[in-house]
Amino acid sequence: MSSVQIRDVRKSFGNFEVLHGVSIPIEDGEFVVLVGPSGCGKSTLLRMLAGLENITSGTISIGDRVVNNVQPKERDIAMVFQNYALYPHMTVADNMGFSLKLRGAKPEEISSGVKRAAEILALTPLLDRYPRQLSGGQRQRVAMGRAIVRDPQVFLFDEPLSNLDAKLRVAMRTEIKELHQRLKTTTVYVTHDQIEAMTMADKIVVMHDGIVEQMGSPLELYDTPANQFVAGFIGSPAMNFLKGNVKVNGAAYFEGPNGVKLPLKSAPANSDGKPAVYGVRPEHFTIADDGAEAEIVVVEPTGSETQVFAKLGGEQVVAVFRERHLFNPGDKVRLKPDPALVHLFDDSTGKRLNG
Amino acid sequence: MSTVQTSMPAQAAAAGEPSLWSRLSGNRNWAAFWFMLPTAAFLILFLAYPLGLGVWMSFTDERIGRAGAFVGVENYQWLWDDSIFWLSVFNTLLYTLIASAIKFAIGLYLALLLNRHMPFKAVIRSIVLIPFIVPTVLSAIAFWWIYDSQFSIISWSLIKLGLIHSNINFLGDTDWARASVIFANVWRGVPFVAITLLAGLQTVSPSLYEAATLDGATNWQRFRFITYPLLTPIIAVVMTFSVLFTFTDFQLIWALTRGGPVNATHLMATLSYQRGIISGRLGEGAAIATAMIPFLVAAIAISWFGMQRRKWQQGSSND
Repeated sequence: MSSVQIRDVRKSFGNFEVLHGVSIPIEDGEFVVLVGPSGCGKSTLLRMLAGLENITSGTISIGDRVVNNVQPKERDIAMVFQNYALYPHMTVADNMGFSLKLRGAKPEEISSGVKRAAEILALTPLLDRYPRQLSGGQRQRVAMGRAIVRDPQVFLFDEPLSNLDAKLRVAMRTEIKELHQRLKTTTVYVTHDQIEAMTMADKIVVMHDGIVEQMGSPLELYDTPANQFVAGFIGSPAMNFLKGNVKVNGAAYFEGPNGVKLPLKSAPANSDGKPAVYGVRPEHFTIADDGAEAEIVVVEPTGSETQVFAKLGGEQVVAVFRERHLFNPGDKVRLKPDPALVHLFDDSTGKRLNG
Repeated sequence: MSTVQTSMPAQAAAAGEPSLWSRLSGNRNWAAFWFMLPTAAFLILFLAYPLGLGVWMSFTDERIGRAGAFVGVENYQWLWDDSIFWLSVFNTLLYTLIASAIKFAIGLYLALLLNRHMPFKAVIRSIVLIPFIVPTVLSAIAFWWIYDSQFSIISWSLIKLGLIHSNINFLGDTDWARASVIFANVWRGVPFVAITLLAGLQTVSPSLYEAATLDGATNWQRFRFITYPLLTPIIAVVMTFSVLFTFTDFQLIWALTRGGPVNATHLMATLSYQRGIISGRLGEGAAIATAMIPFLVAAIAISWFGMQRRKWQQGSSND
């Protein structure tokens, strides 16, 4: 186990810079998730950490050692690939023991190492099978087993669940998190799925276009997103954004599209008349008599909750209710955002304006 | 189509039902049969029939212009005591083994080289194919000049470099002649091996190499434990074809040496042609050609067992 320091790391392919100075501190034993849309540079960063891509500038250190020029095999890391990268011509046991074999370990050492990892992942009955004979979830576990056998300083996961079906993905998510709680190995996990990030991470790093937009604990990011990108990326269904102006006319309020009046707890200093973006999460709408009038467009019940798509000041918004409202398309309702939980972003920079 | 027509009445008589035509034209299995028929007819007419005729001819004393009588295994008995025939068997085996081994080694090396990222990859890959697309006889004539006893460019260059003092008699000396034809065959055969193995290499997922790198494998270990085992099925296929082509080679030898000097480069194919067509003893020529069959069957049998799906290739794939 080891801490990892990523300091002002840049990466260029030719003249094209994909990472513009990324710094991420990772503590010993921490589970860090790099999340972002495709093309944001998260996988490239992980591969640089693994040593599969070289570092254009900046430093990456594992423990106390700067690893910029250290060979992948000497970095003491293990990686789980998106397509698992299991050796098709080797049995599960041989796949898992391959790194030990290359290291010149004795056969007894290899088999005891493999056995230990297989027990952790309940793979013991599958040890003699070949990858082709395994299901997707089993292959995923073998790929993790191969990483565990090595007992590395850092685990790297590159979108490990994206090839699994939805149900299995949820199960494996829990399994990986539980594994981390048991082994307490520093883990860097790359995904584009914000739910995976929210559920698994100690610390989420949201990346976008080669920079870090924000890092913090899942709930920090959810409750106080630093900018409009993070606000829109974290949370499902996504946060509603309404453009308009801040008004301080006695009490502060927000004048949304088509003059719709939305509540604000307080306005930032000197913001009267300032154009801004009003953000409200779907679950922070309530039905109230003093709410803004909206027209129901579509109602999607999921059983545990009801998603309501409605036109508010001409803009489509989505609201989520735990209660079972029996709305019909065309109905008029009064939607009121919780003023304590709304977010205000700068119109041009997208930066967060309220505390 | 005529085959289809003539086979109809026999079918109809056997089944004897009024709806037969509609059954035969509607049934999926019969449809498959109809689709295979043209190909089967073609193969029977141009492959199976000549092969059968050749084998039959080897048991006769047929000559050009004179129908032969059945003479049993007399041709084979004759060959058994013929030292030139045995020399040609030896030559063929030597030629096939050495040329195939070199073609495999160079082909694999080239394939590994071409599989890397490098500038002008597509152009270089096309250039590698050139020896393969030049007609055999043309390249043989080119080699004939390269190996010429007086005007050989190799001899000329080596003399100018001061390495030798007189021309090398490439096609006139037994050992030189054998080496020369093998070299020419290798030059022609390498592209096929290289490009086919390259195609095989490209099916290996790059992430396997990355995983192996992280597992601590060196370049050699990556080849030994990942590339080579994953490539074995395609190696079996390509080397079978290479061995079959080399074993039955005729054009190159005939254009370069016609089997000389003193039969040192006579292969079974060239000897068969010389005895059967040039000398007109069709029966004996056919016997030599037929004698090649056991060797070819053995080569195919070896690769058939080699090509059988390995355990790791079996089982369901959920990809």
